Amino acid sequence: MNIAGVRPKSPTERLLAANAWVVYAFFYAPILVLIVFSFNANNNVGIWTEPSVRWYRDVLSNDAVLNAIKVSLIVAFVSTIVSTVLGTMAALSLERFRYRGQRAFDGLVYLPIIIPDVTMAVMLLLFFAQGFQWLDAAIGWRPSFGIGTISLSHIAFNISFVAVVVRARLGQMDPRLEEAAADLYATRWQAFRRVTLPLIAPGVAGGALLALTLSLDDVVITSFVAGPGTTTLPVYVFGLVRRGVTPLINAVSTLMLVASMLLVAISLGFQRSSRSRVTALGEEQA
Amino acid sequence: MGSGGDHRRGDLTAEPVVEAARPELERAAHQAESRRGVLVALPAWVYLVVFFAMPLVIVFVYSFATRSSTGRTRLADWNLDAYRRLFDPLVFEIFRRSLLLALATTVICLLVSYPFAYYIATRGPRLRNVLLVMVMLPFWSNFLVRTYAWKVLLGSEGPISQLSQALGGEPIRVLFTNSAVLIGLVYGFLPFMVLPLYAALERMDWSLVEAARDLYATGWTAFRKVTWPLSRPGVIAGSILVFIPALGAYVTPAILGGARTTLIGDYIVSQFLAARNQPFGSALSFGIMVVMLAGTIVYFRTGAKNV
Repeated sequence: MNIAGVRPKSPTERLLAANAWVVYAFFYAPILVLIVFSFNANNNVGIWTEPSVRWYRDVLSNDAVLNAIKVSLIVAFVSTIVSTVLGTMAALSLERFRYRGQRAFDGLVYLPIIIPDVTMAVMLLLFFAQGFQWLDAAIGWRPSFGIGTISLSHIAFNISFVAVVVRARLGQMDPRLEEAAADLYATRWQAFRRVTLPLIAPGVAGGALLALTLSLDDVVITSFVAGPGTTTLPVYVFGLVRRGVTPLINAVSTLMLVASMLLVAISLGFQRSSRSRVTALGEEQA
Repeated sequence: MGSGGDHRRGDLTAEPVVEAARPELERAAHQAESRRGVLVALPAWVYLVVFFAMPLVIVFVYSFATRSSTGRTRLADWNLDAYRRLFDPLVFEIFRRSLLLALATTVICLLVSYPFAYYIATRGPRLRNVLLVMVMLPFWSNFLVRTYAWKVLLGSEGPISQLSQALGGEPIRVLFTNSAVLIGLVYGFLPFMVLPLYAALERMDWSLVEAARDLYATGWTAFRKVTWPLSRPGVIAGSILVFIPALGAYVTPAILGGARTTLIGDYIVSQFLAARNQPFGSALSFGIMVVMLAGTIVYFRTGAKNV
């Protein structure tokens, strides 16, 4: 193969290949070590004695961990659905309409991506604390920090990521397809439902997957807006990690790794099937 | 959205050509279209105003408030004390350290990722996809877990240290130093550099490189004059994607760093959770945001000019 103008087996080529292998080793070595040590019977993480699943048994009988998993799943589910709907609508309005204030909205959508996590965490903490104080003074109702505040915060940062992903997909789409639908007397809604949505579906699914991942990944913002006794799994694990390294954390981490790998596998399968459907459609048309 | 069909159906009775010639009808259609756009944007707009713009304003307001002796924030006696403290030598030192670490992270990521992305982009389409998925896989897994893995690896009783001792060397004492934080940051953000670089290189028209070679350019000259300028957008995007989270990093220094490696991220957090100085913490987080936004804009502008 000579597409790069690099001769095969040239010294440059060999260096490139060597670099690639080193990078892959760098990517995977820590994860593999973590997985291996999660099956270590010894109380000390670094010293290998014999294989065992005792730490997994400990995890599954640990109420704090199970509760944190429950909170994580609820928050991830709620925030993914809401932010996917709102983010997709934001992307549509930015890409397919022209209206006053559009540039300002564009900026508002992009800002949460550029802003550092810590700033966002501080913002939301002060907002909720101050807002709840005002609510209490005004109507005598003081909500508490917990699943609600965590979900609201996750939606706030996820909308933007979904909007960016869906917008990229909309940008690739041929706008003439929508025009053709309109010419054939489809209403705006019909054109969206029958033409636009099926075509941007992989983008929407990708945005939803990103939102889900970010929600399950977040530590900083969640740890600021979580309530006493209500935390997500990453925040709970973060607390454990700061206190030290234990085999229990290895087991929880491995379970989290496996869960995210499954998620990726499912999404890849989904993308492949939707892509083959689209190409099949293209061939039909040709 | 539903009303959109009505005026289109109206086209059947009124001739379309006539409609286009009537400016007031066109203006009405334009306004209806604009209204629909606003309606579609509205839910996200309202949400972001309430849960993003308002919090931003509150942080800004808090940064001028006063801290009472009990650590509570009093929204009175507005002052600039918090901003004055930003120029304190201690804060300056933390900021300088964060900036240097973020810069080092970006440079290392770029140096490692460029040949790596180049290698992937120059493979056949099938292998290319496999290699790419192999980059994404660890990237999709939890950031905290990936960082924690390094704590296990780098610990004084960890595998690397034991290997070094087994080979007759010293035990490794990297954990809780700047080097450990740097390793963690590079590890965490490397994919952010690889992916945009790959996208830029993959899109590239390689026949231009061949043309340069045909005109007797050496491999290096062809790279410098053709490949590098064409991959600049990827370099810029990747650098921003790595630099920004690295500068504001909190999890990595909190896990891999020590007491003497405080970065701006954990310093801000400590203002809220430990030191209880909300006005100062607000000023810090507002400051870091302004620096990042300014940096991003300048970088994009200069980058766009040179491309």
